[in-house]
Amino acid sequence: MKTRTSILALAAVAATLGGALAPTTAAFAQAKEQFFPVLVYRTGVYAPNGVPFANGYVDYLKLVNARDGGINGIKITYEECETGYATDRGVECYERLKGKGPTGATLFHPLSTGITFALTDKSFVDKIPIVTAGYGRSDSVDGQVFKWNFPLGGTYWGAADMLIQHIGKKEGGLDKLKGKKIALVYNDSPYGKEPIALLQERVKMHGFELQLLPVTHPGIEQKATWLQVRQNRPDYVFLWGWGVMNSTSIKEAVAVGYPREKMYGVWWSGAEPDVRPAGDGAKGYNSLVFMAPAGKGRVHQDILKHLHDKGLGTGSKDEIGEVLYNRGLTAAMVSVEAVKRAQTKHGKKPLKGEEVQWGLENLAIDQKLIASLGFTGFADPLSTSCVDHEGGSVARVQHWDGSKWIVGADRYVADQQIIKPMIKASAGKYAQEKKLAPRDCAKELTAGK
Amino acid sequence: MFYRENGQFKSSYREDQQLLGIRQDRWFIFALIAFAFLAVPYLASDYMFRAILIPFLIVSLAAIGLNLLVGYCGQISLGHAAFMSVGAYAAYNLVVHFPQLNFIVVLVLAGFISALIGTVFGLPSLQIKGLYLGVATLAAQFFIDWVFARVKWFTNYSPSGSVSTAQIDMLGWTVNTPVEKYLMVLAIVIVFALMAKNLVRGHIGRSWMAMRDMDVAAEVIGIRPVHAKLSAFAVSAFYAGVAGALWGFVHLGSWEPAAFSINFSLNLLFMIIIGGMGSILGSFIGAAFIVLLPITLNQVLPVMGRWVGMNFSTAFASHLEFMIFGALIIFFLVVEPLGLARLWSIGKEKLRLWPFPH
Repeated sequence: MKTRTSILALAAVAATLGGALAPTTAAFAQAKEQFFPVLVYRTGVYAPNGVPFANGYVDYLKLVNARDGGINGIKITYEECETGYATDRGVECYERLKGKGPTGATLFHPLSTGITFALTDKSFVDKIPIVTAGYGRSDSVDGQVFKWNFPLGGTYWGAADMLIQHIGKKEGGLDKLKGKKIALVYNDSPYGKEPIALLQERVKMHGFELQLLPVTHPGIEQKATWLQVRQNRPDYVFLWGWGVMNSTSIKEAVAVGYPREKMYGVWWSGAEPDVRPAGDGAKGYNSLVFMAPAGKGRVHQDILKHLHDKGLGTGSKDEIGEVLYNRGLTAAMVSVEAVKRAQTKHGKKPLKGEEVQWGLENLAIDQKLIASLGFTGFADPLSTSCVDHEGGSVARVQHWDGSKWIVGADRYVADQQIIKPMIKASAGKYAQEKKLAPRDCAKELTAGK
Repeated sequence: MFYRENGQFKSSYREDQQLLGIRQDRWFIFALIAFAFLAVPYLASDYMFRAILIPFLIVSLAAIGLNLLVGYCGQISLGHAAFMSVGAYAAYNLVVHFPQLNFIVVLVLAGFISALIGTVFGLPSLQIKGLYLGVATLAAQFFIDWVFARVKWFTNYSPSGSVSTAQIDMLGWTVNTPVEKYLMVLAIVIVFALMAKNLVRGHIGRSWMAMRDMDVAAEVIGIRPVHAKLSAFAVSAFYAGVAGALWGFVHLGSWEPAAFSINFSLNLLFMIIIGGMGSILGSFIGAAFIVLLPITLNQVLPVMGRWVGMNFSTAFASHLEFMIFGALIIFFLVVEPLGLARLWSIGKEKLRLWPFPH
């Protein structure tokens, strides 16, 4: 009895104090290494979508080391941290990884809008860029307020705008949208709520009717939502889901007999794990696709040759070339190119997050560079500046034919005349709430900074 | 040998009634507080402050609040994260509409607003008990979640429903470095913990405990259930509200309703069950267990894997974390149903006899 109690007491003390002692910040020697933190979610409800993205991201980092010997000779090191899509764990991961490596974290891809919001506040103090390729805060395009945020290649406002343009085109003109009903089935989180502001702006312009149908996290239960769809019979349904919510929506659409051809998902609702569980029912479903559609190019051959053939690949061979895997690749490619760009200013040495910020802000990824990297067809040109942290956004619409994604030919560009004033207003409000003084881009440019 | 109270005579009522009756306890607590205030700021890293110590302290405060209600008054609440969110959004709105207010005033007002809401949702406790009351408070959780997700006024019409806070200013002191935040939270938590400790041994706390142990008997000896139960709900929600405001302003900086989800409520309940119901110390131990253990496991497991020559993947390590965490919860509940705080008091009793047990 006595020993048992003392063992117990010891275990309790060890368990509680262990937390206080375990994380020690080790001192790193100044090695020629560039450290990339990798926030992932390989567990939890969003894992089916989190895993291929993470594998693509890590595979590209490995490839740069294996094929090129690092970024201009600077070896890439990385460490994964599991967030489970939870904001508090994401913040913990960020704190854990931000100081690692000889120069600290290069940049973060939070891969969750909730974590992005939380990290945005910290970026002003820590001076580490937050890259949110195709997600995050739409107003963070404004680099004058959001110095450290980079929603590269697209925002949700842009995405919603492109979808409206697409169905306007289908109907034979945006003016034909008058009197039409569009339902937005969205994940009831900052992610799903982002497009609403833009859609309401478009409602004012074209006079269609917008129905908002929120779905609670994680989105496995949607019966009530789709009953409303059945009752109201909207002309189009926009889907703003993630993970298991997407496939559930498609299954429910089948159940209530809503035509999949009239469903349009955002680019996070258009990957293989979203449609496959619905089987044949998913045939005809549409979604946006930005940067990288499914398929394989030269970079994939390199990954197979340098990594998977040598047993160094991260995930299974089958997922190479899937939508989310490719998006992970592109995200990593953009990050590496940002470091390369920053090296032209700061020299070929391990760079701090603050120095990488310059690279992200002066990105010049053109078709030539994309081709030389083997990404032809899997990335769009990006050119950022102090004022514009998005760097251009192009997307296409794809549909699922039952076994693969068929990408349409039309390319859409968001209407900046609508979005710009919204960004300015929203960013201005943020700066005011936070008592931030916006940067003066013109001044910085002339100062040569 | 060292832990003996022989020779400590109490010669006045004042001495007899002090919070920590035994001299060694008093020294220990004073030393601990001094350590936390004076030594920790020099020892801990940024990571320790921002990812470990600050969340631990804030969650402890919320757990104390819940413990007052569940552990001392015997009323179950499954909606405490919702009361935290009331505090957080109340503080947010106060800061937005009255930016000149001092942060401490904001905190206290947020606590009172939360207390008000807590009292309202405590009304069913006058009629129903036990599990049924648990279900009623669950309704509070879902209702309050819904309100903050749907009613745009509370989030100041933010397009994404997520709010972010400004810097904390207190009498010209801008709290923005991790150390400053830690010291502020620490001071608040100590004050509130001592207040709670004092409260539960006074007539209010005693009326709660009487209510918990047998409500009919308590009524017979003249304790009014309306006062006892509703005051427990109010005080408990006040603590939760203050903790919620701190969680939003100091720890997260920006949040969405999901930050105060049902999971958070359940976690708080697990904390006090594992830590020890009806024990202020237990609230701290439980919070440490639930907050720190998963993070520790997550970091220690891959290292231990490497010792035995295995490279854990991120997914495997985090599955293992869940399994070990769950197993430890069951282990501690089986061997010590009264909570980890009970182990502490057993240890104290043993220490009194040491080294010459009977």
